[in-house]
Amino acid sequence: MACFLVLTAEAIVTTVAEKVIEKKEKTSLEAEIYKSEGKEISDVKIPLSKKLKWLNNMAWGGCALLAFEHVWHGEVVPWFPFLTAASNAEDAAEMLHEMGTVGVVMAALVTTVWLGMCAVASYVKKRAVEKDDAKAEV
Amino acid sequence: MTLLVSTFAAIVCTIVWYTNENREKLKLGFLALMFWGASLMWFVDAIFEYAELKAEYFTPTAEDMLNDLFLGLSVVALGFIIWLVVLMIKDPKGIVKATVLKKN
Repeated sequence: MACFLVLTAEAIVTTVAEKVIEKKEKTSLEAEIYKSEGKEISDVKIPLSKKLKWLNNMAWGGCALLAFEHVWHGEVVPWFPFLTAASNAEDAAEMLHEMGTVGVVMAALVTTVWLGMCAVASYVKKRAVEKDDAKAEV
Repeated sequence: MTLLVSTFAAIVCTIVWYTNENREKLKLGFLALMFWGASLMWFVDAIFEYAELKAEYFTPTAEDMLNDLFLGLSVVALGFIIWLVVLMIKDPKGIVKATVLKKN
């Protein structure tokens, strides 16, 4: 009915967070230290803003495609109140229940998969940096 | 069926992302993640539907399957259109800009 709206709300928050963090990363003390060593933060670790971009791509992409599916099934319409279920109280209650169950699980699963991706990527990056450092020492 | 079509699209895009040297310029990661996001969401939808319908979930009518297949293919087409629009706007190779600025 409108389950994709939960992840859309999450995507709005994480998109704003990505922009703010990206700005902060560029001017942070850590970036300055790496710059003085002739390095970028991305040479040493995967920046959080980049990781958030992966989540945003998954969330916005998924929401766009699911929104299309809801249009296909006549659950989302281009006129007010946009959600057909919102036109009467009984359907609205069912819609809110679906958002609270299916929608929340969708958001939780996408976020969990993203956390897994971040953990694997950080591990791979850390090992690559350690190998490079070991080579440099030899 | 929609879940199946979007999952196959995600797998194919991930393989192309893995094997293509121009993955950054072509924004193949964005395309693959978009389909993975949708697939995960439809997977959750499928679990809830299975909990409701039980074994009946795996025996859809031919009409439902055809409609879902049609929807799945339309979703993949929309995904590619979104990716193309993003690619044209970001224009990482400067081809759109060069074409627009070309004098003759």
